[in-house]
Amino acid sequence: MSNHLALLGRTAQYVLLSIAAFVSVFPFLWMVIGATNTSPDIIRGKVTPGSALLPNTANFLAAVDLPRILFNSFLIAGVGSALTLLVSSLAGYGFEMFRSRVRERIFGSLLLMLSIPFAALMIPLFVMMANLKLINTYQAVIFPTVASIFIIFYFRQTTKAFPHELRDAARIDGLKEWQIFFFVYMPVMRSTYAAATIIVFMTYWNNYLWPLIVLQTNDMFTLTLAVAALSAGYTPDFGMVMVGAIVATLPTLVIFFLLQRRFVEGMLGAVK
Amino acid sequence: MPALALLGVFMIYPILWSLWMSFQTGRGMQLSFGGLANISRLTQDPVFLRALTNTLIFLAIQVPVMLVLALLFANALNNSALWGRGFFRTAIFLPCVTSLVAYSVVFKSMFSTDGIINHFLMTLHVISAPIPWLADPFWAKVVVISAITWRWTGYNMIFYLAAMQNIDRSIYEAARIDGVPAWARFWYITVPMLKPVILFTTVISTIGTLQLFDEPNLLTQGGPSDSTLTLSMYIYNLSFRFMPSFGYAATVSYVIVILVAILSFLQFLAARDRRA
Repeated sequence: MSNHLALLGRTAQYVLLSIAAFVSVFPFLWMVIGATNTSPDIIRGKVTPGSALLPNTANFLAAVDLPRILFNSFLIAGVGSALTLLVSSLAGYGFEMFRSRVRERIFGSLLLMLSIPFAALMIPLFVMMANLKLINTYQAVIFPTVASIFIIFYFRQTTKAFPHELRDAARIDGLKEWQIFFFVYMPVMRSTYAAATIIVFMTYWNNYLWPLIVLQTNDMFTLTLAVAALSAGYTPDFGMVMVGAIVATLPTLVIFFLLQRRFVEGMLGAVK
Repeated sequence: MPALALLGVFMIYPILWSLWMSFQTGRGMQLSFGGLANISRLTQDPVFLRALTNTLIFLAIQVPVMLVLALLFANALNNSALWGRGFFRTAIFLPCVTSLVAYSVVFKSMFSTDGIINHFLMTLHVISAPIPWLADPFWAKVVVISAITWRWTGYNMIFYLAAMQNIDRSIYEAARIDGVPAWARFWYITVPMLKPVILFTTVISTIGTLQLFDEPNLLTQGGPSDSTLTLSMYIYNLSFRFMPSFGYAATVSYVIVILVAILSFLQFLAARDRRA
């Protein structure tokens, strides 16, 4: 009897997971199939690949200055991620390594700040950027999110697993604090950095609202904004937009697959 | 600390600024002190109430559904005898690395009136006539909720999975030897052990859903007839799409802050209660 139940339970698990996996992956397949079909075929729900891939690609390349847009996206996401990881991990490390009552209070208020909607900060930030004459620049997109509360929080959690003896040994060997951070802490925590890289890169790459506000000319657009502009309106050319969607999705997918194993290890540390 | 300096410049300063603005009225940058005028405007603003109700509906349905699904998937995947674990894990996590714009286009095309979803449901005889997904106030909400759930379930699942792998195997072994059935092991061992992570994901998801902007903006533009308008979208509209009304927009944003504060507090309280 219990064997039957167990078998039933296991079958149910497989069915559940298979449905979930199918539902998760299907839109990706749909995107790839869509890129080969014409827009009316896509709206009609045609599930077989068509022969419109080349015209769709040509239309996309005609509508978007792809090299320029890619350059913008990679520059913003790359520089933004590097700065965010450096600054936020330094803060997370600091919070965990040098505890004091004041630090704890600051940390507590940081968590509260997570709850302020970005929409509330947009206007003051926008005016600030205007005053600094930074509207329509890369700096304006990157700066406000470099100190990420979520990433600080994440690094603080994972640093709990960092062996303090390592730091003490390094101190005895005469290393300065910054040397300890760069040459001891960072290499030891590489899984954590991998996980954070995926999250931060994804966030910059896919960011929509803030770039929409501060980037105002087409030549400064990120891939996200360019594809969003193409897909606006009630009947966009879906075939062309699907090609754009693939281009917009590929970099994060590649990064995810490259760092995947470390990603799961990094998350393991976060919740200890 | 450079991070704190940056946070000061890019978070605290704007926060205080918007708090100050929330007590001001006027058009564009011509603001004057209006006291509580914005708050009384709030209570009589049907669009605000609409956005508030929508946001709360999204919250009440989406967060529990997503977290329960994530927990179930994580539990299934935590079984080391399960065939194809890596595949399932990657597949279910995949949606959250996609570009938001890309997936909103894909969803738009899938949910078009004679699109693939309606085809599929009609072939299965679940429905007899196509559903106008994005043009109907009720179904538009369903699409937005499905879209967010599709995107973020895997993300939460990874948190649970990571936490589950930290639970000592021997506890399960002992329970199994004592004849505790699988569902009871899940309910009485796994769930209590995961409480801190569940709390963490609940708070993060609550905050995320209360600030929901991207999906409704790209999928439905808040329509039809404001049925998917969220508070964040309303703030955006108030500041950038209509005649700018920054002061009032700031007031609306503090409604979100207060909601988050109350809900987080209740969630912490609930978590502490069960521990006692």
